[in-house]
Amino acid sequence: MARFLELRNISKRFGGVQALKSVDLDIEAGEVHCLAGENGCGKSTLIKIIAGVHPPDPGGTILIDGEEQSGLTPAESLRRGIQVIYQDLSLFPNMTVAENIAIEHQRGVRLLRWGPVQRIARSAMQQIGVSLDLDRHVSDLSIAERQLVAICRASANEARLVIMDEPTASLTRREVDALLHLTLELKRRSVAVVFVSHRLDEVLEIAERVTVLQNGEKRGTFDARDMTSRRLGELMTGRSFEHHVMDPLGAPTPPVLSVRGLSRSGDYEDISLSVREGEILGITGRLGSGRTELALSLFGMHRPDRGEILVAGRPVTLHSNREAIEHGIAYLSEDRLSLGLVMEQPIAANVAVTVIDRLLGRLGLVAADARQDLVRHWIGELGIKIGSPDDAVSTLSGGNQQRVGLAKWLATGPKLLILDSPTVGVDVGAKDGIYRIVRRLAEAGLAVILISDEIPEVFYNSHRVLVMREGRITGEFEPHRCEEAVLQEAVDA
Amino acid sequence: MRSGLRAFARTHEARLLAVTVLLFVFLSFATRNFFSIQNGLDLLTSYAFPGMLAAGLVVVIVAGGLDISFTAVASIAQFLAVSAIGRYDLGWAGLCGIAIGSGLLLGLLNAILVTWLRIASIIVTIAMLNVYYGLLMFLSHGNSINTLPGWYIDGLSWVIGADAHGNPYILNMQILGLGLSFLLTWLLLNRTTTGRQLRALGGNPEAAKRVGFSTLRLNMVAYGYMGFTAGLASIVEAQVAGSVVPNMLVGRELDVLAAVVLGGASLLGGIGSVSGTFIGLALLAMVHNGLILLGVSSFWIDCVTGFVFLTAVATIAWERRRQRAAIRRTIVAAA
Repeated sequence: MARFLELRNISKRFGGVQALKSVDLDIEAGEVHCLAGENGCGKSTLIKIIAGVHPPDPGGTILIDGEEQSGLTPAESLRRGIQVIYQDLSLFPNMTVAENIAIEHQRGVRLLRWGPVQRIARSAMQQIGVSLDLDRHVSDLSIAERQLVAICRASANEARLVIMDEPTASLTRREVDALLHLTLELKRRSVAVVFVSHRLDEVLEIAERVTVLQNGEKRGTFDARDMTSRRLGELMTGRSFEHHVMDPLGAPTPPVLSVRGLSRSGDYEDISLSVREGEILGITGRLGSGRTELALSLFGMHRPDRGEILVAGRPVTLHSNREAIEHGIAYLSEDRLSLGLVMEQPIAANVAVTVIDRLLGRLGLVAADARQDLVRHWIGELGIKIGSPDDAVSTLSGGNQQRVGLAKWLATGPKLLILDSPTVGVDVGAKDGIYRIVRRLAEAGLAVILISDEIPEVFYNSHRVLVMREGRITGEFEPHRCEEAVLQEAVDA
Repeated sequence: MRSGLRAFARTHEARLLAVTVLLFVFLSFATRNFFSIQNGLDLLTSYAFPGMLAAGLVVVIVAGGLDISFTAVASIAQFLAVSAIGRYDLGWAGLCGIAIGSGLLLGLLNAILVTWLRIASIIVTIAMLNVYYGLLMFLSHGNSINTLPGWYIDGLSWVIGADAHGNPYILNMQILGLGLSFLLTWLLLNRTTTGRQLRALGGNPEAAKRVGFSTLRLNMVAYGYMGFTAGLASIVEAQVAGSVVPNMLVGRELDVLAAVVLGGASLLGGIGSVSGTFIGLALLAMVHNGLILLGVSSFWIDCVTGFVFLTAVATIAWERRRQRAAIRRTIVAAA
């Protein structure tokens, strides 16, 4: 195969931070290559160097089709057929599918004819076998459809290398399959595809080679066939992870929360479950299976139509999340970016927000000392790596942000902690840290409901797992008694 | 085509049009003087000034910005141009050149400040409104210009017909200016690559930057065009008013903004249409005019206008929420 892109001895320093140290990388025409590594390992910097956004430090060389590129600019990189699909997709939601795909055609200053716009878009879709309504607005599309638009746009621009940054982060399993299929289509047209991904299993299904970065250095390029997700995780973090299922709970403990025949029209139907002190109850199922809606009801945010919720054996009606908090229920939401944390506010303020009325001193003002003690306690307890409690949450990595979210809820002293997809967008290494914390909390007697669509996550970190499907509970599994594959099948069924 | 029609029926413009038509029919029967060509021409003439400004403002809003300073820009343009023709014999070309040129320059200044300062455009242009207005008061000492050259007072007009009593229907420069502004805006937004780039910038500024569209250049087009229409509008306004009063125009910003927002433009940027803006303007004009013809106290008129505006905006917001929920449902169903 012909070599499309070669990077030699690429280093990049930003101020005092060495983002990349002497990295070599080559991409063959039409190969599927995975770039793996934890947050801050230098993946993004490397992509930006390839896209011409950042120049490499002196001493590094970039060759495209064997020609050395001195001073690669974004325009030149695009002209040579390098297309980056960023995680946010960079689409224009207020414009139609056709306009988005043919955005290049709208460059310059001249009269616009709609014919070519439609034609470009249609042929781009045909080339990779996608069909979407050209006149729909992108704001009306699902995330997966938007991704197709972004890929079509890349393909309309005669791409020879498409780099996808975290393409699977917000897709369901079926959508991921469709994306992988599309990748093969690009490959058939000898377009090289580079995946940058956290979700290792999916990437291994399709990649031919995997390059792993750690702390700005290349750990190596490996044949994907010889790679397992565990080995990849170890390479990325430099640590080894043991996966073993949880031992069954010992002595019977009293239930913290039980639910009988809970229904909410259109969301979930006839749900009965119970979670005990010290137990981690996993709930899995596809997006739209009703798992998040159920969690919101347990947290008092969506009123169920029928059924009973019992806290410590007594029936309760939760009118609001405030009442749920008073009953000792905490909920760490799926979407920490928009619901859970106030990103631009200091870490300390985020941790203290749920318990602010317990920190009131004289005159009803917040007692600074009490707040500081509380914040320091949880930062230590959860091992949150921060500069100062006064830094904005947005300065933290995904894993540490999630710990701040946890701290905020643990500060309320809950008896039941509901975690909804707690490791979305979190690195392998940081994920493991969160699992350890959750297990420790459970050992200390906290009841935990762990909701996730990542099967291994619930399988290895729960005492029991419930499978939800179309709003109903369709199965119950005990990981110490069954195989991961059995659970996987139950979800896929 | 059928599906195109059905798609149109679901748009905000269609609903707005339906309300406008209903109001039109109602007023035609409820009042004696509403349904006449003469009243129509009068309405177009008196709404030419806010209408032309609305045609400029919708471009800025589509590009993701907001301009509040245009009434002060128009005041300066009109003051400079009319002062100049009072002293020198410049004719129409000089009048238009000075008014449009000064409007354009002030618009470009707005664009540069908005782009470079990276402050919300509403804040920048509110500040500039005060700067321009203060400057105008300083230059004019607050004095009006009450004598305009005869050729300007006569204006440009064409008789295009007459009613049964022989009263002529007159197509004047106000109506022409209004038509011209809307035509230009439509061409700019829908028939040029620049127009699509403006829409792209309003929809996702970060992505527009990545594609390589220059924010500064596009802002200069949008705010510059706003200044251009403000200059043009100021000429037709002074002609119909017969004088230039420095503090006459400032304060009418919100009427213009109301017409644009009523027309479905989103203050978040990227969304807004020429047809919607025109219908929004027509609806506001008809509410005003209708209430006057119905003999409603003029104190109530502002109240009712505010209420119409609120209803329309609430409907738009409700509709967008409903659509988003519908999309979410289909996504969930597909998954």
